[in-house]
Amino acid sequence: MATFHLNINGSEKTVDVDPSTPLLWVLREELKLTGTKYGCGISACGACTVHVAGIATRSCVVPVELVGDRPIVTIEAIGKDPVGRVVQNAWIETDVVQCGYCQSGQIMSAVALLKDTKKPTDKNIEESMGGNLCRCATYVRIREAIKRASQQLG
Amino acid sequence: MHFRLLGRYIFVVLIILTVWISFSISEAAKSTRENQAVGLAAWESIYSVLTSPRCINCHTATNYPQQGDDRHRHFANVIRGPEGKGVAGLNCVSCHQERNADSTGVPGGHNWHLAPLSMQWQDLNDRTLSSSAVCRAVTDRSRNNNMDGAALLKHHTEEQLVLWAWNPGRRPDGSLRSPPPISHQEFVAATRTWVEAGTPCPKGR
Repeated sequence: MATFHLNINGSEKTVDVDPSTPLLWVLREELKLTGTKYGCGISACGACTVHVAGIATRSCVVPVELVGDRPIVTIEAIGKDPVGRVVQNAWIETDVVQCGYCQSGQIMSAVALLKDTKKPTDKNIEESMGGNLCRCATYVRIREAIKRASQQLG
Repeated sequence: MHFRLLGRYIFVVLIILTVWISFSISEAAKSTRENQAVGLAAWESIYSVLTSPRCINCHTATNYPQQGDDRHRHFANVIRGPEGKGVAGLNCVSCHQERNADSTGVPGGHNWHLAPLSMQWQDLNDRTLSSSAVCRAVTDRSRNNNMDGAALLKHHTEEQLVLWAWNPGRRPDGSLRSPPPISHQEFVAATRTWVEAGTPCPKGR
């Protein structure tokens, strides 16, 4: 066990965990931030996506010891981000969600895309969102919501 | 009489000089040939490393990296991206951190990325390029980031992602990834020999 001081959603959190524990389980089990989901556990589905220093990161495969002092943002705080707020609203307006399990990861990846590319093409969206799977197949609405958010962001 | 003796003397000296020069040229040519042979042999050792899965998986000709000893396409729809680092939302560093994550089986190293397309060591059908083709690419300064022999030696000796190949960490099932066929020390020694021989490349396509 070791003590880690993590910057999560703008606050410092201290956890005492095995250094090899994936960040996902620190978020969910230690800090009760359960908006970030466990999907596959091997970074193949994207449900566990959070932002680490602004990079969309698969928290299920990143041991907490490798996070360092980089700030972490989870779905719980993405609405405080100007781009994140617009994306969440676009998600609601487009009625993207079906079962919803993958959607926190989808939104985190979409925000990363729109922060990098203000006017993404269909190809951009397919490439950036290609690592986020949705068993309800809401892909068409996800694309529509990203385009809606892009328009609203100007 | 003296002129005749002098003439004979000069003639003998010329003969000796001619034989000596011919011998020297022949020895130099022999030495060059031997040097080339040593250099080419060293190159084949280098080629065995460059085309091992730990290296060639990120020296693809395609829009995606590979993984595993069977060099299959990287899962999760990972793509190359404009700078060989993936794309926003799905970057290499979305999973690959500064060092190996043995508890989750994800390899890592500083600045994890794909080699540029100019340094592809396989074709679009993922077939490994020939020794001569890879050698030409590695030695072409318009394609290799303008590296001369000394820079190539430094790259093989110090570059973090090159070094990673000999410390590739564990697979998700906990087993160790296989390193290249020779040690890093042998790889560096082979590179030094090859560079000292003038970076010769095998003939052929």
